[in-house]
This record gives sequence, structure tokens and C-alpha cells, in this order.
Amino acid sequence: MNHSATAVMDPRHPMPGMQVYNLKLGMWIFLLSEVMFFTSLIGSYIILRFAHPDHWTEPGVVLNVSLTAVNTFLLICSSVTMVKAFAAIEQGDQKGLKLWLLATILIGASFVGIQVFEYTKLIHEGFVPNFAAYTAEGANLYGATFYLMTGFHGAHVTIGVLCLSFVLFRAMKGAYTSESYGGVEIIGLYWHFVDLVWIILFTIVYLL
Amino acid sequence: MEAKEHQKQPYILIWVILLVLTLAELGYAFMDLPKIVLAIGLIGMAVWKALLVALYYMHLRYEESTLSRFFSAGFILAISLYTLVLTALGVLAVRGG
Repeated sequence: MNHSATAVMDPRHPMPGMQVYNLKLGMWIFLLSEVMFFTSLIGSYIILRFAHPDHWTEPGVVLNVSLTAVNTFLLICSSVTMVKAFAAIEQGDQKGLKLWLLATILIGASFVGIQVFEYTKLIHEGFVPNFAAYTAEGANLYGATFYLMTGFHGAHVTIGVLCLSFVLFRAMKGAYTSESYGGVEIIGLYWHFVDLVWIILFTIVYLL
Repeated sequence: MEAKEHQKQPYILIWVILLVLTLAELGYAFMDLPKIVLAIGLIGMAVWKALLVALYYMHLRYEESTLSRFFSAGFILAISLYTLVLTALGVLAVRGG
């Protein structure tokens, strides 16, 4: 195998012409597929809402906008802690990397915890995605689309927290340096994307 | 890694702008305005926030132009395709087709 072929297969080296290393390129391609996934969900939600406006209520009537605003605040804060972790390891600051990663994990876990609390409260109040209730008047499509979209996003946050914990574990073992921090950059891209999706979901599901 | 120039980026300033925009959204959402005016304003602010995250936190603003063009083209294509298909489905749904 010649040198250029080895470089193409090595995840730390860029594909010819892309000027970006392969793991990062892979993450960007994955994120593009995620754009399509969430666009499908949001597009379907908009169509259903236009077709059945009677199933929806005004903002704040069923959903707790204040609580979700706190969650939005948390996720935005987690994005800044994540980018600070990235900036720390770029400068070779191992302590900063671990501290900011830990802060991101804790904030992400808090987001999931608040979402579980929100679901529990809503279900207790009768706002459920009950299939049998689809023909009844009221919050049927609203509930189904709400849980589908926020649930998938919550699953992404949960996976992100688990991956961040793995990256923190590796950071504790000194796996990242100022010359080699691909793992931090890649999980950072994923985490910021999850934040970006929530910014759109918060507006469409809770405020409109 | 190709991006040492990230170190001096305005991460905290972007965070403050994101928080201010979120507060503005919350205030605007409950104003007594026509639904279409609310929708345009809220979606505009959400897109602005999403762009700030993508450009500054995901560093798209500082990436090599090949990568930026590659993903911008893919993103626009994906959104255009979905808009066309979902609009068609939406028209059918509203007409009861």
C-alpha cells in the first residue's frame, strides 16, 4: 500500500481535497443525515398542524413554557462550556478540559432530568400520545408530535451525555493533547448540533 | 488539527447574544400580534440563533472553504428537497387528497 493510500485510510489524515481529517468529515456527514431526520419531523409537524389546527392549543396553555425556557438556557450554557473545553485542550490545558467537560455533562444531564420531570407532569395531567384518543377531540396529534419530536431530541441529548462521559474518562487518562484532540472536537460538533436543533424545536413546538 | 485560530473567538459574546435572543423570543411570543407576524419574528430569531451556533461554536466560519461549500450545498439541497415534498404533501392534506 503506497503512502497516499495509507493517508486516506488513516482517520487522522484528510481525504484528498477536503482539508479536514476523516473522523471530522464523517461526523459532518452524519450531522447532515441528522438535518434530514429532524427536518422530516419538523416538516411533518407543520403539515399536521396546518391540516388539523383544532388539535393544538395556544402557547403556554398545555406546555410549561417557563420550565422549558430554563431548559433552553441550560442547553445554551452547555454549548459554551463545551466550546470552552475545546478551547482549553487546543491550548494544552488538561485541567480546563476536564472541568469544562464535567460542567457540560452535568448541564446536559440536568436538561434530561428536567425533560423527564416535564413528561411526568404532562402525563399526570392527561397530555398523552394515546392512540385510542386519535379520533377524540383535543390534544391527540398535539401530544403525539410533541412527544415524538422532543423525545427524539431528548434521546440525542442522552446519547451526547454518555459520549461526553466517555470523552471525559479518556481525558482523565490523558488521551488528549494540544496536538491531538479529535475526540473532543467531534463530540463538540455533535453537542452543538443538538443545541442547534433544540433552538428550532423550542420555537416551533413551544412558542408558536 | 487545523484550527489553532479558534483560541481567540468570542465564545462568551455569542453566549450572551444567544441568551438575549432567547429572552426576546419569550417576550415576543406572548405579544398580542397576528399569528403570521409572530411566526416570522420567532422563526427569524431562531434561525439567527442557529446560525450563530453553527458559525461560531461549530466553527463553520473558520473552516476551509471546501468543507463549508460542501456542507452548505448539501444543507440547502436537503432543505429545498424537503420543502418541496412537504409542501406538496401539505397541499394534499389540506385539500383532503
